[in-house]
Amino acid sequence: MTRQTFVERSFLAKNPSVLWFILILALFTLGVTVLSEAYGVAFISTSFVKTLGKTLCLCLVALAMDLIWGYAGILSLGHMAFFALGGYMLGMWLIYARTEEIVVAALAQGGLPATPEEVRQGIAVQIFGVVGASEFPPIWALAHSFWGQMFLVVAVPGVLALVFGWLAFRSRVTGVYLSILTQAMTLALALYLFQNDSGLRGNNGLSGLQNLPGLSDVSQDDLSIWFFWASAFALGAGYVLLAWVVSGKFGSVIRAIRDDEQRVRFLGYSVEGYKLFVFTLTAVIAAIAGALYYPQAGIINPAELAPIASIYLAVWVAIGGRGRLYGAVIGAAFVSLLSSWFTGGRAPSIPLGFYTINWVDWWLVLLGLSFVAVTLFAPKGIGGLFDLWQGRRAPDRKGAALGPDDSSLQEKEALK
Amino acid sequence: MIRPPLFLPQGVMRHFLLSLATALLLALPGLAQAQGTATDILNENRSLVEKPTRAKIAPVIEALAASGDPVAATVLAAWADKGLGLRKADGTFFLIEASGDTWLLRDLTGADAGTAPKSDIVELRPNAGVRGLIATALVQFTLSDPDPETRAEALTSIARDPEEAHLQPLRASLATETDPVLKAQKERLERLLTLRFDTDSAARVAAIQGFGADLGLDLRGALNPLLATSRIAFTGDLPEGSNLARDLVPGKDLSEVEAYDLLVAAGMAPARLTVEEARAALLANIVDGAVGGVPVAELGTQEARDRAYTALEVAGTVPPAATDAEVAAAIAAHRFVEVYEEPDPAVTSAAKSALDGITMKVGAMQAADLALDAVSLASIYFLAAIGLAITFGVMRVINMAHGEFIMMGAYTGYVVQLFITNYTLSILIALPLAFAVTFAAGVAMERLVIRHLYKRPLETLLATFGISIALQQIAKNIFGTQARPLTAPGWLDGALVFNDVVSISYIRIAIFVLAMVFLLFFLWLMKRTRLGLEVRAVTQNPSMAASMGINPDRINMLTFGLGSGIAGIAGAAIGLFAKVTSELGSDYIVQSFMTVVVGGVGNIWGTLAGAALIGALQKGIEWLNPSNTLAAQTYMILFIILFIQFRPRGIIALKGRAAGD
Repeated sequence: MTRQTFVERSFLAKNPSVLWFILILALFTLGVTVLSEAYGVAFISTSFVKTLGKTLCLCLVALAMDLIWGYAGILSLGHMAFFALGGYMLGMWLIYARTEEIVVAALAQGGLPATPEEVRQGIAVQIFGVVGASEFPPIWALAHSFWGQMFLVVAVPGVLALVFGWLAFRSRVTGVYLSILTQAMTLALALYLFQNDSGLRGNNGLSGLQNLPGLSDVSQDDLSIWFFWASAFALGAGYVLLAWVVSGKFGSVIRAIRDDEQRVRFLGYSVEGYKLFVFTLTAVIAAIAGALYYPQAGIINPAELAPIASIYLAVWVAIGGRGRLYGAVIGAAFVSLLSSWFTGGRAPSIPLGFYTINWVDWWLVLLGLSFVAVTLFAPKGIGGLFDLWQGRRAPDRKGAALGPDDSSLQEKEALK
Repeated sequence: MIRPPLFLPQGVMRHFLLSLATALLLALPGLAQAQGTATDILNENRSLVEKPTRAKIAPVIEALAASGDPVAATVLAAWADKGLGLRKADGTFFLIEASGDTWLLRDLTGADAGTAPKSDIVELRPNAGVRGLIATALVQFTLSDPDPETRAEALTSIARDPEEAHLQPLRASLATETDPVLKAQKERLERLLTLRFDTDSAARVAAIQGFGADLGLDLRGALNPLLATSRIAFTGDLPEGSNLARDLVPGKDLSEVEAYDLLVAAGMAPARLTVEEARAALLANIVDGAVGGVPVAELGTQEARDRAYTALEVAGTVPPAATDAEVAAAIAAHRFVEVYEEPDPAVTSAAKSALDGITMKVGAMQAADLALDAVSLASIYFLAAIGLAITFGVMRVINMAHGEFIMMGAYTGYVVQLFITNYTLSILIALPLAFAVTFAAGVAMERLVIRHLYKRPLETLLATFGISIALQQIAKNIFGTQARPLTAPGWLDGALVFNDVVSISYIRIAIFVLAMVFLLFFLWLMKRTRLGLEVRAVTQNPSMAASMGINPDRINMLTFGLGSGIAGIAGAAIGLFAKVTSELGSDYIVQSFMTVVVGGVGNIWGTLAGAALIGALQKGIEWLNPSNTLAAQTYMILFIILFIQFRPRGIIALKGRAAGD
């Protein structure tokens, strides 16, 4: 291949889906803004804007899941734990700063200006009163600082993923064993956080996160659309980043690891290093998504870390279509919105005469069974529909690709 | 709690004992005149009885109790119960009972004595202290009651709430006790009371030492109060009469704050200024927007507040507060010790050595109990995991719906109990039925789903997750979210008790037996049957097995059904002690996989070892941190993650070709 052609095939030209995705996301954001209560015609309620913003965050964590599972072939059942950890880290600052405002206001009534010790004591009693403590645990050392906690949003899940991944990949734990191990990690973390003396308020979790400190005059209408914009921006940025990561040589190597790890190792690549990088990167992205999600949800508690949450993440990605980034986004958006529609009680019940199917009760059954059906009959998921559409335009090629690029020979062609 | 003190002088005491003994010896109708009748005693002390005080009435009650008059017990009981009255006219005592506006009268022997208007009779109302004395006096009657059940009840009530006053009646009743069991109980109780309440130090020490390293909870309950301590601070020598337990070093055995609080509480030092008090004092002394010359706006730091308070102190407007230096000096000037509440050093040292011996023995017993607990937990894990050992260990199929098969087994047991109320029969039917139901479910799942995914293990995992979600929700829709009872037959109630420390419930023994039965069944099936041979052949090399005339499809189906069926039986058994909810399975699924993975895939002994390790580990961690089972589970999972680092193939790893990949 000459130098000329290499330049011609720029990143965007090789990945037309990125432009399409950004365009659709921008139009969607604009549309929601125009229809919102804060900046538009108030067609969409604030709570629905929040739902959409949360959905965008879920799409972002699904992107991360797609990278680790669809591209690198590691079925991690722990990424929702990183997501929730990110939420916890930001939530610590939110609840601290908000309580600080309240405590300072209350102490100012007392006649004397409050000392820093009094303020800190007051905050500690306010926050930890529910678990019967009145002292700040050491892990709250940075809670007074926004940038400190923002650093922890990235650092805590990142370091956890780094250490766990290093231990797991180093001892060549692969396949289902790794899945079960990540699930065990998630369970351990959830059980730990459920304790009252974990320092994060046990099963009460952190609440009132929708109120931003210093912005008590700003209405939730405005806040919700700001968070929506932030989520849309994060999703767009995450999509571009991940598309870039998977498009180059790095992408080829991780796909090769997915397809045959041993062979890649024999070719001299540090398989563990690649896996560790992908695992940590996706954990950090998941954490950022979580940090954007929970201020919109308003509350976080250890139930969010339950292993089942990570399984649902895998379900979204599988239904959307693994191994293609837009597939993960479609799956997460489609299934989570459908899920909130069904479980919200707005879906019409189906009377069967002898029994009425009430979707609040039967939605999970439908989800579970359709998941089985997708696994069995449509491994490409919803994203596979785009292949049908592309098949009309491109030559209809049969057989499995023999190389990572679209232009590589395929089985039947090679035989000719 | 009323504790009547014995203020009796020695002489009265001896007299009382003598008379008591005589009374008991002569406790036959017609001969009970030695000390006069109850009526005489009451009449002699009429004014006291009418207006009793706790201090003065005691001899009268004792005389009544010791009179030997068969009606004394009735009279005393009636008196305590406001059933004794005094006729105003002539001062005669009657047993009275309200009936409308009149009293029904009976004389003290119980014979009917007509009625009287309310105004003619004074109802005697002893106060709580006197009632306590009467109740104590009544104890000897119940302790010597001819009915053994009454005696046993009296013993139980004394043991529950021992008092000093019970000791003498108890000793007195020992001689006449005929029932050997009750006699042994009485003797034990007598010694327990002796070691606590006897006035003779040597007798108490002897009683303590007589027990040796007895494990009874009652003994520990009696010994512990003897060793209760309190903290005191003093200067110079130890105060007279105090029984030193140990010296306390401030900063090591007790914090400086605690030490100073002790001094403050004893009035030996001025109180330290708390933040709130300082704040209140400052607020009270704001003059022209400043306190002690410091402007209010600057009082936002502790340092500025201290400055302002010191200024007030100098001006004399607030009392001086102890500074840190004064606190340190006060602590240094005093000696802090722990003293026993019990003043007799011989008794406390005997009690201490006895308790130490008991603690040692209890520790050993607790270790044994812990081992039993661990074995029982291990057998539960083994039972939950043995089905997985077949589907995952032998066939290498990840079945995340395994937990839901356990749940289905438990619900099968519940449904059977709805129709068959005899619990023994229902459990006998439920076990094979649970097997049948989950076997069918397993076969259906293998045929419909898993068969298509043998080459794609990760997707098997996902598909079975989907099934697990659906099954759980279906169970929730059918049975609701609240826990359903699965009752064990009566003969499984209760526990095998070795002593007060070591015990194990029969259900856990049954689970252990069941786990062992399944282990033997598995071994027999795999090693001794045609099916086992074919299963092993198909696992090792399906195409070779197929060319030998084995149908791999059929074998896979049967194996998977078998694994699922065993999960169902495990569920019916687990449901006997766990709550049957739709989440029952998911509580066990991670632990079950851990058991199989830690033990080593493909080897039943490995599964057994894994279950033993995890069971022992969890109980061990719970023992180190007993308040927190959540933490125990967390640390156990962390340990397993680390364990897999060092033995990725588990405790018992397959070697060679059998290991696959």
